[in-house]
Amino acid sequence: MKREELALSTGARHGRSATAAARRARVTVITPPGRFSLPRWTELWEAREVAYRFAQRDVLLRYRQTVVGVAWVVLQPLASAGIFSIVFGQVANLSSDGVPYFVFSYMGMLAWNLFNNVLGRAAPSLVANQSLVSKVFFPRMIVPLSSAASVLLDFLVALVLGVVLLIVYGINPGWPVLLVPVWVVLVVLLASGLGLIASALQVKYRDVGYVLPWLTQILLYASPVAYAISAVPENLRALFNANPLTWMLGMFRWSLLGLERPPLWQIGAFAGVSLVVFYLGALFFQSWERNFADVI
Amino acid sequence: MSRAAGKAVVVSGLGKSYRVGRRGFRPNTVVEAATERLRHPLRRTVYEEFRALDDVSFEVPWGEAVGIVGRNGAGKSTLLKLLTRITAPTRGRIELSGRIGSLLEVGTGFHPELTGRENIFLSGSLLGMNRGEIRRQFESIVEFSGVEKFLDTPVKRYSSGMYVRLAFSVAAHLETEILAIDEVLAVGDAEFQNKSLAKMRDVAKDGRTVLYVSHQMQTVTALCTSAIYLERGQLQYYGAVDGALERYRASFATFAATQAVASRRAGTGELRARAVRLSEDTYEPSEDKLIEIDLDANPEMLGQYFVSVHLNDENGVTVVQCDSRNVGVWLDPASAQSVTLSVTNLWLKPGRYTVDVYVCKTGILDSWEGAAVFEVLPVSPYPELAGDEALAAGMVLSDFSYQAVPAPAVGTP
Repeated sequence: MKREELALSTGARHGRSATAAARRARVTVITPPGRFSLPRWTELWEAREVAYRFAQRDVLLRYRQTVVGVAWVVLQPLASAGIFSIVFGQVANLSSDGVPYFVFSYMGMLAWNLFNNVLGRAAPSLVANQSLVSKVFFPRMIVPLSSAASVLLDFLVALVLGVVLLIVYGINPGWPVLLVPVWVVLVVLLASGLGLIASALQVKYRDVGYVLPWLTQILLYASPVAYAISAVPENLRALFNANPLTWMLGMFRWSLLGLERPPLWQIGAFAGVSLVVFYLGALFFQSWERNFADVI
Repeated sequence: MSRAAGKAVVVSGLGKSYRVGRRGFRPNTVVEAATERLRHPLRRTVYEEFRALDDVSFEVPWGEAVGIVGRNGAGKSTLLKLLTRITAPTRGRIELSGRIGSLLEVGTGFHPELTGRENIFLSGSLLGMNRGEIRRQFESIVEFSGVEKFLDTPVKRYSSGMYVRLAFSVAAHLETEILAIDEVLAVGDAEFQNKSLAKMRDVAKDGRTVLYVSHQMQTVTALCTSAIYLERGQLQYYGAVDGALERYRASFATFAATQAVASRRAGTGELRARAVRLSEDTYEPSEDKLIEIDLDANPEMLGQYFVSVHLNDENGVTVVQCDSRNVGVWLDPASAQSVTLSVTNLWLKPGRYTVDVYVCKTGILDSWEGAAVFEVLPVSPYPELAGDEALAAGMVLSDFSYQAVPAPAVGTP
């Protein structure tokens, strides 16, 4: 009540100030989009609040109304690492480069889950938020990008458990551990770039939702997640070494387990591939974005 | 300086086209697209261009509340979606001299699992408020909605009324310089509608600009200072509210004229209505209305068909649907038919009404909108004379009675 009276009495002054404020405000010009246009980075930055709220929503929703809550985050890689160390370490008796098989595959799963979950959650994100895409404007890129936040949180929790495991097994990886944040950024860039493409495609073709999990499943076994690259037969080694995820796993194991440093070219190439994929992903997303509201 | 200086919105040559597959085929999956390509490798996909909006230009000064009216499919919602950047234009240019907030639905971004508090922040940020603005307005939003006690309860446990109130409160506190509102926002009970209208009036008073899409002429008259009339994607009129509404009303008449030619009507055309007659041109509110429909024969058609008649008021709102299936009437296509519909016990309010006739089997055979027009005279069907305000509210009148019995005093067993 009080508010309305106030608004009435100061109506005239408000009128002028609102107009003046608007004059100072930037003029937004909307024109038909070109075929290739770069994302408007300032616009993305201005919408950071939306990204933050999306991320918060994802995190809250995942653990609300679950009994064990955060424990799921560590149970999943623990269980996978356990199974891998039984199947590959005990049954197939593969080498794990001298570290206990369990920690070896746990750290592999850590890196793999980061990549796989960033991609896997970005891909269906636009379709899952279709009511928003067709009802309100905000830079669409925020939807797939912000889905990485909850994955990063999971990664942090699982990493803490990983550190506990290192202490239990008495492994000291040394100074390369400091590079882990850099690797994380690169993995997130790579996976987000692919996620941007997948999410934009899924708006038009829902096939992506069926094909992508199947592809990543194949990729999981084709990458040295649960086994060491040294266990791969010599004649296939070149093929495995062409997989950027092999490089990623080498980098993580170097930093977290103190294993041998992967060749420098792999580190450089991984950084290059990540940046290029992210950039291409953003370009691709941008050129498809203009039709989202019409086809979703 | 930009051309837009001094204007809130400048639109020039704006157009939006959709590509419509000519054969009605639209692949939804990669496999569908691929098999279609394999089956007809040489066929070039032919698209038909559908212009949802064509060469629209206008300028809106600050402090104006602009109503956007037009028939269904005239491009109102498309225009709003272009202005709010939900979809991109195909041609033309829009200049907005300030932030634009869009209220196209109640509860944008609301998630049932989140609490009221969390939803205020999520929805607020999606509507275009930054964190500082939401924090500053938080108390006021909560107070306006009246759900203080349930702020930390997931909104899925809210009653629908509480949900709508909270959702609207967030929207009402949007402080963007330009506000685009779709009429879907005008849902909820009367109190809620009044509240939302009052809020929108305040917005315009503040020197901000409101763009309001609506079918309801009363709200446009009550709220807007000028109006745009759209017809088939083109801007036909921009100026005083009365002028736009006049054109809008006239469009019903021209539409009825084109509909009188059977071949120009929608429907498969297997069987069409030949003529629609009313027992009278004018009725008193409580009178029975008789509608006669002559229907052609089609001996080749199998099975029986039915008719459905809609009565619509001046604003195009369907007041009643009289579907012959409801009373067990099915017609035989073997011979021409003449049916008479008697609408009894329906007390219409004074005004002009249009009659739509639909002939249907499994699909629509003939859709004759505006087949007839009648007027309901401004006389009161009630036994007593009361002021106009005793008749003003509501969509129809009714044969009602009151029975007053003195209530027993409180406290007696």
